[in-house]
Amino acid sequence: MPAVSKGDGMRGLAVFISDIRNCKSKEAEIKRINKELANIRSKFKGDKALDGYSKKKYVCKLLFIFLLGHDIDFGHMEAVNLLSSNKYTEKQIGYLFISVLVNSNSELIRLINNAIKNDLASRNPTFMCLALHCIANVGSREMGEAFAADIPRILVAGDSMDSVKQSAALCLLRLYKASPDLVPMGEWTARVVHLLNDQHMGVVTAAVSLITCLCKKNPDDFKTCISLAVSRLSRIVSSASTDLQDYTYYFVPAPWLSVKLLRLLQCYPPPEDAAVKGRLVECLETVLNKAQEPPKSKKVQHSNAKNAILFETISLIIHYDSEPNLLVRACNQLGQFLQHRETNLRYLALESMCTLASSEFSHEAVKTHIDTVINALKTERDVSVRQRAADLLYAMCDRSNAKQIVSEMLRYLETADYAIREEIVLKVAILAEKYAVDYSWYVDTILNLIRIAGDYVSEEVWYRVLQIVTNRDDVQGYAAKTVFEALQAPACHENMVKVGGYILGEFGNLIAGDPRSSPPVQFSLLHSKFHLCSVATRALLLSTYIKFINLFPETKATIQAVLRAGSQLRNADVELQQRAVEYLTLSSVASTDVLATVLEEMPPFPERESSILAKLKRKKGPGAGSALDDGRRDPSSNDINGGVEPTPSTVLSELEPPAPESPMALLADPAPAADPGPEDIGPPIPEADELLNKFVCKNNGVLFENQLLQIGVKSEFRQNLGRMYLFYGNKTSVQFQNFSPTVVHPGDLQTQLAVQTKRVAVDGGAQVQQVLNIECLRDFLTPPLLSVRFRYGGTPQALTLKLPVTINKFFQPTEMAAQDFFQRWKQLSLPQQEAQKIFKANHPMDAEVTKAKLLGFGSALLDNVDPNPENFVGAGIIQTKALQVGCLLRLEPNAQAQMYRLTLRTSKEPVSRHLCELLAQQF
Amino acid sequence: MQFMLLFSRQGKLRLQKWYVPLSDKEKKKITRELVQTVLARKPKMCSFLEWRDLKIVYKRYASLYFCCAIEDQDNELITLEIIHRYVELLDKYFGSVCELDIIFNFEKAYFILDEFLLGGEVQETSKKNVLKAIEQADLLQEKTETMYHSKSFIGFKKAY
Repeated sequence: MPAVSKGDGMRGLAVFISDIRNCKSKEAEIKRINKELANIRSKFKGDKALDGYSKKKYVCKLLFIFLLGHDIDFGHMEAVNLLSSNKYTEKQIGYLFISVLVNSNSELIRLINNAIKNDLASRNPTFMCLALHCIANVGSREMGEAFAADIPRILVAGDSMDSVKQSAALCLLRLYKASPDLVPMGEWTARVVHLLNDQHMGVVTAAVSLITCLCKKNPDDFKTCISLAVSRLSRIVSSASTDLQDYTYYFVPAPWLSVKLLRLLQCYPPPEDAAVKGRLVECLETVLNKAQEPPKSKKVQHSNAKNAILFETISLIIHYDSEPNLLVRACNQLGQFLQHRETNLRYLALESMCTLASSEFSHEAVKTHIDTVINALKTERDVSVRQRAADLLYAMCDRSNAKQIVSEMLRYLETADYAIREEIVLKVAILAEKYAVDYSWYVDTILNLIRIAGDYVSEEVWYRVLQIVTNRDDVQGYAAKTVFEALQAPACHENMVKVGGYILGEFGNLIAGDPRSSPPVQFSLLHSKFHLCSVATRALLLSTYIKFINLFPETKATIQAVLRAGSQLRNADVELQQRAVEYLTLSSVASTDVLATVLEEMPPFPERESSILAKLKRKKGPGAGSALDDGRRDPSSNDINGGVEPTPSTVLSELEPPAPESPMALLADPAPAADPGPEDIGPPIPEADELLNKFVCKNNGVLFENQLLQIGVKSEFRQNLGRMYLFYGNKTSVQFQNFSPTVVHPGDLQTQLAVQTKRVAVDGGAQVQQVLNIECLRDFLTPPLLSVRFRYGGTPQALTLKLPVTINKFFQPTEMAAQDFFQRWKQLSLPQQEAQKIFKANHPMDAEVTKAKLLGFGSALLDNVDPNPENFVGAGIIQTKALQVGCLLRLEPNAQAQMYRLTLRTSKEPVSRHLCELLAQQF
Repeated sequence: MQFMLLFSRQGKLRLQKWYVPLSDKEKKKITRELVQTVLARKPKMCSFLEWRDLKIVYKRYASLYFCCAIEDQDNELITLEIIHRYVELLDKYFGSVCELDIIFNFEKAYFILDEFLLGGEVQETSKKNVLKAIEQADLLQEKTETMYHSKSFIGFKKAY
């Protein structure tokens, strides 16, 4: 007898389902459903009390109707009634209905929770499991509030049945994911970790998932799980294929549990204990070895389960990123899969290799597979596999193979699926820029991109090529020649017109000597595209035209005629009309000198991170650009290819040739500006924070340096007062004009910190000193800004830095005995008074260096306080005019994990947090 | 796992299990989009695809598509075998399962799934233990109920 007919067939339900299936049209189905709904409604409302079976049947019908996609607005009460039935199937259907159709009706929630409570307390394991499944399926906050505190108890109770423990573990996991605040950590957590030792494999399987989730928030509390997980894994991996009986799946012992254990281990750094680590490495090697053994079964389930473990093992190896031998073995294994006949394995191998490519140990090994990957890009029939291949090519790209990869990706672009073209375009643009050795190659590549996939070339990409051409004079002539040629194609993309228009407007003079690209030819070529273009492009071209009048006076008459034409001067588009009117006037009234000043070549763009990279990251989520962000693989690339980027919002205005709004304003002599307010100065340069960090623990040094200027700092602080000397060194032989360094207090800082200074005038050449007198009025979080402006060779320069004045400069060290320290430490025990950070060491962990940094930070170092001599303990008082803030600090290095834990306690919450952040960045 | 969907070749949804809170509207939208995407794929294509910020793992068994959405760090191959183990469980319980079994006994399909996966995680991988739980439930049933044998559309091999 089949299991289904063991007595719970609901004839009415089967008939109803058959009826629905026989409906010939949607209308007929709706009619039949409405009839059934009316019937059920009347039964539920009827005078005759329904027996449990009927109630179950009708509730089940409602559920079926709901799952078909129709709305159900009644029956909840009847379902809730079923929950308290003592007949299992009735209860079961009741719970299913509640799980699928949760209703936030508060009255019902109370009743549901009551029923669940009764079942949890029933000591009947099947009922308890039903209740736990329901909580897990609903997983709402209300459920969490009602039960989150009880479930840990059920989970670790000695007398809970295995099946109940399993459900309780995953139920708790679901509640924790939904509302972590509701799940109280406590004594039970230690016992949960020990479930990893449970005899019942099912309990372990459920518990690992819970632990993996919990340990991410509280890694220290669950640390013991590492050795337990390793020994469990080792037992599974080394067991024969039949040892685990029903937990063996197609000759693979416990694949689900193995994968989960390997995932859990990825939440932690490699085990500190040498024995545990040795055992784990052995496991990982065994998995890699097994991959080479002949399969025990031809079934795909066997190879899938086996390879699932293999891929998870490789993920762990990549996560550790510390065993070169294992990394290279992993890479070779994936290399074999790249040519496997199973599409799934090829897909996963490409995906996994992407992460391997960013490890310094395996990057070279990954690169050896380049031909296979290129071949995959060309021949894979499945677009999702091709996408992975493109990702991998991007990840494995470096200077040695950039030309090959970029050209392959360009070729792929011609036939690529529309869905991934934009991404490929971004990737090509980034690689071309990042690994350009000569910039003519870069310019060619971008123009090819526009030619092949113009529609997918976003603003960021073509802005970028203009920025780079503007900043590099060695490529300007080539760029002008190349765009000129590209524009001669009969049909060229509008983006090409934009790039061409801009570049010729700036650098058309560089090719004007050749009669084939004489000024009139350039102009008529551009103007032949004008009428086909959008308003934005036409606006850009008008700016090119006025630039032409400056570059090539011989085109003036022609261009003025164009500007004067009715179609421009009376253009319906206000932007085009305004440009035409203003440019026409400018060209008529301004003298050649004025014109030359106004229409001067654009100054170089400030050097910043590439906005294309940012765009790719936005598109792909975090980590997508990792192959390029981490400089570790190819640090040398930064010097010649360092980015230049205007922030996206300002990009357009920076790129536009000057003068759209009011060209006349530019004619005024730029008088030295008055002291800028905070709103007048630009944002701090991107590296301002990094520069500031350098001065947290020291007072003297070079604050900033570029090709033009060096700024040195020397400062001293006593109590709440300080004096700072800034030294401005002019590195050029020319004088700076209008040199004006000023200090700005953003936000409320004025009331917190007073910085007085005189303005200095720099005559150029030599070094000039500026003295700042500083008084700390009260605690403050943001440093003042130093804005430096001057003109160099006619170009205005502006620079905003963070002045190295941080709250810890006003520290007064305090010596105290251990007893006093601990007494004060206890006094500052409110949670908001403490700030703690656990972080990875960024510098070698040298006790002497650490000591020096802590002293530089300003606190006293207290010996013989912390029972662990490795730890550092410090104390001090922050002096401000308004108040004093007592600070205690403790730094615990963990040399094996290469981590620190830093704890700060002060009487003021923001101060604790701020000091903690400042200090944490120093190690 | 974030959700699991079972749908037919005609795009009819046969089972839906959501492990993350979503509104009915979102669920319908996701279902529509995914059913379309998966049905459009050719046989022999790989079983994985990126979709929004999730990974989709799917496999077709006869007329039914089983489709799971997992997160970035989750293991695709083991998810494929979650699907297979679920099919095996259904097969064992119904005895050579077919789409009709799942249509007419949809509640059983949900019960079996709950024993196997809970909150999107594998709870019990032993076929014996999962079926024992369901079996016990069946034994708990009242013998007095009207019996209905739906043999007209359920073929079966053997009782478990």
